[in-house]
Amino acid sequence: MLDKNGIAKRIAQEIKDGYYVNLGIGIPTLVANFIPEGMNVVLQSENGLLGIGPFPIDGEEDADLINAGKQTITTVPGSAFFDSALSFGMIRAGKVDLTILGAMEVSENGDIANWKIPGKMVKGMGGAMDLVASAKNIIVAMQHVNKAGESKLLPACDLPLTGIRCVKKIVTELAVLDVLPEGGFRLLERAPGVSVEDIIKATAGKLIVDGDIPEMVL
Amino acid sequence: MNKKVLNAEAAIEGLLDNMTIGLGGFGLCGIPENTIAALIRKGVKGLTCISNNAGVDDFGIGLMLQTRQVKKMISSYVGENAEFERQLLSGELEVDLVPQGTLATRLMAAGYGMPAIFTPAGVGTEVAIGKESRVFGNKEYLMEYAFDIDFSIVKAWKGDAHGNLIFRKTSRNFNPLVAMAGKITIAEVEELVPAGELDPDHIHLPGIYVHRIFQGVDYEKRIEQRTVRTKN
Repeated sequence: MLDKNGIAKRIAQEIKDGYYVNLGIGIPTLVANFIPEGMNVVLQSENGLLGIGPFPIDGEEDADLINAGKQTITTVPGSAFFDSALSFGMIRAGKVDLTILGAMEVSENGDIANWKIPGKMVKGMGGAMDLVASAKNIIVAMQHVNKAGESKLLPACDLPLTGIRCVKKIVTELAVLDVLPEGGFRLLERAPGVSVEDIIKATAGKLIVDGDIPEMVL
Repeated sequence: MNKKVLNAEAAIEGLLDNMTIGLGGFGLCGIPENTIAALIRKGVKGLTCISNNAGVDDFGIGLMLQTRQVKKMISSYVGENAEFERQLLSGELEVDLVPQGTLATRLMAAGYGMPAIFTPAGVGTEVAIGKESRVFGNKEYLMEYAFDIDFSIVKAWKGDAHGNLIFRKTSRNFNPLVAMAGKITIAEVEELVPAGELDPDHIHLPGIYVHRIFQGVDYEKRIEQRTVRTKN
């Protein structure tokens, strides 16, 4: 079974040289730590930056330089600033190659719910609806089951949707799965020490297990 | 073309109860601190505020929630504010949650003289309820209207007497878009210079969109999430 860093490390393998990538808040942010040195990848922050760098050295933080999670950051050489309309313009126009974000639920047809729990505080969707509606390739980083032990990979989402038919791949603490265009989660890889039976038990939606399922190479 | 006014008090002349105002900023980054303080001193009430966020309890728009000056918030994310939550749950405050890119582009549309935009954001979700949609190619898009704003209030790094603005780093965010959308636009700046001192090639927002500009004072520029690393 993977911890959060393990999920991030496995997702980092999906990033290719030359990619522009938008990383969501939470586990997706950790993916930046596992991008191989020397690979040309530019990270987009939807509040108006291409070229996110590491956190600033203590004492060098700048109130005018933050990421979409409102954390102080730095820029890398070759970065660019822009306004919020241009930022979502490049997302909408499909210029961002890969979006990685968290989810509360994903359905077997690729619907995603990650912004609202009715009856609890509603914080707002931020940029999530724009990202999932337009991104060419969306990978979800999430826990396979919730704290009550219930599957978060469902036949249909129970929570209010963020977007429909948009998730292409899911990486959880147990598995890597594709969402098939015709519907269904296709099991691609098992996490170390996790059996196919464990994954079947943790998946409420339609799971397709075809042949031998290899263990992840991390 | 001198748009200089003395201070925030002078800049908000004519801003009255029940108006719709737009405010620039993302989180607490690039918010118009001076003008928010002046709105609180003036005590205008019943405001509809279009702003990506609603500040925190004791800073930014959060201060105007404490004084009950806001009737309605139109925002994409309001999660950092306990007073906001209390007023929302008690029914004192209305809120319209709008996807962030939709919010930005509805502001832009106002500044571009376009009545509406089409966006895929929110298709198939509760955001789409009651909205017209159209299919282009094989993809569905929602029609979203341009905003209609009485007063826009923004913060820039540098500005000149003509109202030309330059923003700094990620504090640009919604500021030029909000500025474009106002019938009357107020810009407060960290450094106000005479016209001619800014390089025309470096202007982010031309002054035609700005009606009143003033030299801001005493910026706190509060950091919401201070994240640092230690020198290795």
